[in-house]
Amino acid sequence: MSLFSFFQKQRTTAPAARERLQILLAHERAEIGQSDLVAVLREEILAVIARHVPINRDKVKVKMDKRDQMSTLEVDIELPQQAGLLTAH
Amino acid sequence: MAEVMVVTSGKGGVGKTTSTAALGAALAQSGQKVVVVDFDVGLRNLDLVMGAERRVVYDLINVVQGDANLNQALIRDKRVDTLCLLPASQTRDKDNLTQDGVDRVMDQLRAQFDWVICDSPAGIERGATLAMRHADLAVVVTNPEVSSVRDSDRIIGLLDSKTLRAENGGRIEKHLLLTRYDPIRAERGDMLKVDDVLEILSIPLLGIVPESPEVLRASNLGTPVTLSDASSAPARAYADAAKRLMGQTVPMNVPSDKRGLLGKFFSRRAA
Repeated sequence: MSLFSFFQKQRTTAPAARERLQILLAHERAEIGQSDLVAVLREEILAVIARHVPINRDKVKVKMDKRDQMSTLEVDIELPQQAGLLTAH
Repeated sequence: MAEVMVVTSGKGGVGKTTSTAALGAALAQSGQKVVVVDFDVGLRNLDLVMGAERRVVYDLINVVQGDANLNQALIRDKRVDTLCLLPASQTRDKDNLTQDGVDRVMDQLRAQFDWVICDSPAGIERGATLAMRHADLAVVVTNPEVSSVRDSDRIIGLLDSKTLRAENGGRIEKHLLLTRYDPIRAERGDMLKVDDVLEILSIPLLGIVPESPEVLRASNLGTPVTLSDASSAPARAYADAAKRLMGQTVPMNVPSDKRGLLGKFFSRRAA
């Protein structure tokens, strides 16, 4: 009997698969939500700048880097030349 | 107005092309005008599974680029006359598939057919997002296996963000098609059960296609499995799924290949 149940335990792998998937996907769904955050940030930054200077949508880059200890948010905005002149006046 | 349906998955080799062919044939057999479109540019296979590989003259890229018109490229099925195929190109340059070009072709297809079924390439690259872009509903093909379920979860996320419907604030209808399912192994605890997969992915179930040698047999012969042996377990599963797509209520069960030895023998000889 004990031998039988030993084999049974070894064989039943579906519950493990289910548990691993649930943990993994909970984690992954949260991370993918964050990349949405970057997209939202990018749109809002674009909107604010566009209120003051004409801007090329492709020249705004927002990147989020996740490391062990900290995360960094990198915002790279390239303004057209006229924009610089306008603020100088 | 046509229904545009994308057959998609994250992981490759789970049965998208088989499912596209089988569902397309089943819908066409019930009198609907159906076109199956292969979006897997570079690695086309739908023509082979449909048994039309030697009839391809023009393909999707030719139509997108304006080298051929749509009717020149459409291949009418020899078995079911309301079924058409628009094959993919084998060209290596996938960038020939432009968004504007696809938009134009999809508009034309919508006008001509009741169902436009897009066979998506695997993965989350541009080809997959182009295939799902116009879809009103999606069939997510999944095996009861961890890697397939995980990748399906990613694809469901894309369906909620990268389709025209999602961009316009709408929602795309999503259905799960569980393929290569083995009820005996699931019962024994060796395979994720239907309920496990449904709970994890939480989209409605369209059908359960049991593991069966008939699927390989049908693709060897270039016949959609719903046409090759309509009484086989996978054929019945796909036929039921097609009925559900048309809004009929069909009880959900896992068909089995429980036929007498003699019956099996004769059906094999006949095919």
